[in-house]
Amino acid sequence: MTGQIDADRLLGPEGPELQCDECFENLDRYVEDELAGAFTSCTACVSPAACGRERHCLGMRAHLQGCPTCSEEYESLKALLQER
Amino acid sequence: MLSQTAVASVRVVDAARATDAPPPLDHESRTWLADLTGPPGSRDAAAARLHAYLLRVARFELARRARARGAVLDDADDLAMQAADDALMAIMRKITTYRGESRFTTWAAKFAILEAASKARVRAWQNAEVVLDPDGWQRFAAQADSERSLEQAQQLHEVAEAIRTQLTPHQREILVAVTLDGVPIDVLADRLRSTRGAIYKTLHDARRALRTYLFEQEAS
Repeated sequence: MTGQIDADRLLGPEGPELQCDECFENLDRYVEDELAGAFTSCTACVSPAACGRERHCLGMRAHLQGCPTCSEEYESLKALLQER
Repeated sequence: MLSQTAVASVRVVDAARATDAPPPLDHESRTWLADLTGPPGSRDAAAARLHAYLLRVARFELARRARARGAVLDDADDLAMQAADDALMAIMRKITTYRGESRFTTWAAKFAILEAASKARVRAWQNAEVVLDPDGWQRFAAQADSERSLEQAQQLHEVAEAIRTQLTPHQREILVAVTLDGVPIDVLADRLRSTRGAIYKTLHDARRALRTYLFEQEAS
């Protein structure tokens, strides 16, 4: 990897986040909810009140910011559903 | 006053909430589930249909990656077939965990995407050397010296100091490989005979240690 080293990429997301297996477990529901503009809490909810206020699963969003591998798969599933 | 029917409905809703029951399955998902868990005849036919779907998803994923990277894998068809095979096996192992929180085809597709993406990443890195260098973070420190903005340079110096003093050599290796060298986590897990979850946990703990240190420095 070349170019400027980004401190944000190095430090990762600030808030609490899910782990890779929790992300995978919730990925299908998360993507469907996102595309439908709906919101449900995840099975490993790290912050129900805050997620509810944001109308978004913050633990999932944080993990997708911090984990490039899960993020790729999230983008792929979203693209697949959008193409249907 | 609520009618008896309304009271019964409320009780049903409350019971569903209390057990965190998933929403009722849509017709298509219910059919998939019934066929895949039914008697051998219907199960085999459904598994064949599911495999064909997983193969399409795996091909979609490989084609999408090829477009993004401008490079087509020579053996993309073989890879897609392997991904569909492995995804089908994983799905049949985990079919009882499907709770209908998404459509069945969405739930199934994520397995094919995981398998196809993971195999493509490992293939793309198969001839690349992955050097685990706990001192690789010094490139980050060197960049701090070349930063034009004093504020940015100061921030980078603090992060570099945190990496030097707060992380174990293993945490530094993982941090450098993933965030500086761009090694995919599953490729790293493959090389280290570890798991994706374990590698990410190491990265996560390292990042948390860095953030804690930087927060304490700022507070003091």
